Amino acid sequence: MTVTSAPALDVERLRRDFPVLQRTLHGRPLVYLDSAATSQKPLAVLDAMERYYHTSNANVHRGVHTLGNEATDAFEAGRVRVAEFIDGDPSGLVFVRNATEGLNLVASSYGRELLRPGDRIVLTVMEHHSNLVPWQLAAERAGLEIAYIDVDDDGLLRQEDVDRFLQPPTKLVAMSHQSNVLGAINDVAGITRRAHEIGAVVCIDAAQSVPHMPVSVRELDVDFLAFSGHKMCGPMGIGALWARPELLERMPPFLAGGSMISRVSLERTTWNTVPHKFEAGTPDVASVVGLVAACDYLDGVGLAAIHQHELSLTRHMLDVLDEVGEVTVYGPTADFDRGGAVSFNLADVHAHDVGTILDREGVAVRAGHHCAQPLMRRFDVAATARASVYLYNTHAEVDALGAALGEVRRVFRV
Amino acid sequence: MANMAASFTPVDDDLYREIILDHYRRPRHKHAVVPADRTVEANNPLCGDEIDLTLRFDGDDVAEIGFEGRGCSISQASASMLCEAVAGLPADDARMLAHRFRDMLKGEGDDSDIGDLEALSGVRAYPMRVKCATLAWNALLQALDSDDTAVNET
Repeated sequence: MTVTSAPALDVERLRRDFPVLQRTLHGRPLVYLDSAATSQKPLAVLDAMERYYHTSNANVHRGVHTLGNEATDAFEAGRVRVAEFIDGDPSGLVFVRNATEGLNLVASSYGRELLRPGDRIVLTVMEHHSNLVPWQLAAERAGLEIAYIDVDDDGLLRQEDVDRFLQPPTKLVAMSHQSNVLGAINDVAGITRRAHEIGAVVCIDAAQSVPHMPVSVRELDVDFLAFSGHKMCGPMGIGALWARPELLERMPPFLAGGSMISRVSLERTTWNTVPHKFEAGTPDVASVVGLVAACDYLDGVGLAAIHQHELSLTRHMLDVLDEVGEVTVYGPTADFDRGGAVSFNLADVHAHDVGTILDREGVAVRAGHHCAQPLMRRFDVAATARASVYLYNTHAEVDALGAALGEVRRVFRV
Repeated sequence: MANMAASFTPVDDDLYREIILDHYRRPRHKHAVVPADRTVEANNPLCGDEIDLTLRFDGDDVAEIGFEGRGCSISQASASMLCEAVAGLPADDARMLAHRFRDMLKGEGDDSDIGDLEALSGVRAYPMRVKCATLAWNALLQALDSDDTAVNET
């Protein structure tokens, strides 16, 4: 999974695959720097979903007619394809709405049901609320202790906390692969090795890593890994949880209803096999088809090349922010591997004001607490602006961010 | 795209007017009134703006009013300008002013003769920011009309 010597992307050609990138904002070309919130969608994904509804739409795993069979085939082939994308066993691949739902599934069905009072779960202060609040709920209901690994001023996990907390009675570690705020990439393989030494399982929020770099659950050796389709060129409303099938076997169902049962009587109900046990109700088949098209698209471009491109853009962005002046960056700034999300503040200007002025200049960034309020407190800020890049962004767009930040300085006289 | 700097909008900004930046950087009445007859904590959980409004009555008049909080320039300047406008007003006049201010941001009513507060009318062109401007005013109405102490904008 090293990312050396990937071929450079033909970004101008790729941009033509994304219709929304042709639009203008307030008379200026759109500069979309908010892909960490959601990515734009290529025509291949939009076309695949439309084709599904035009030709094969039917409910899955029900009935005997041809369309039903085609829809079921598309759905189950999607499971195999998406599992392959993260190098995992398809029988551990559960389709969910998004990473949040996948993480809630693990917190509820594993954390709350299979852990015991006094067990410890370890999180980090950089977690998105989606990998934080479900664990707080599970801990409260199951009597679990929570410990938080802090970050240093560069936004990297503090090694002494890792050493201190990866000890008994820790039974589970839940952490992000790549921070949605700081862009820091965590050493998931290393922490997983240590967790397994003490008999703890590891649950990874991979919403910010799976879209942007090669991720192999086999190489990382993690036990649970959740991600969202909409951040990886796929549609909104579909995501996946990958889990070791033997853990899914032991876990009670999360949502109940159709599809997830084997036999139902008024007295007793038995569960369908894994992973179907965790897929209650009619799934979003068209979005699975769209997610498959997204996997094909990203593999066609090459995840290693995408990561290299983002690294190059991010380094350029850090230089541009430095040139703008009065900018404070939160997260790693040294010249090493990091993700393409860069959080910052400009002088005493609030992030929302930065966001509003950038929008007027055609530049779309996120502003706020990024669903990571504990991390905001850790850096003693109320909010930050965040620019995040993807395969379709250019160095010229990063320059446009710099120019627009100059406008912020002018309006706010800083 | 690299030549964007050449086409900057003019200094006279339709949203970030001088008086707004001034109230943001030098907020008036930014303190808690102690003891207070009313305390209202207003939050916009979507963007994290926080305004804690405290006020003391003298009969039917708002004798003293102050705010604490943090957030964007619009939310904080609006709170500062509110306190300046409302301090010493009869409660009925303060309530009427709050309604006129909210109407102004909805593009309704007559916003002449609303004094410095007219400077915030530029927010109308930025629908995502209207709640920043109204947060403190909703807190004021709550303080005047009810004993509840929390305002949550969603």
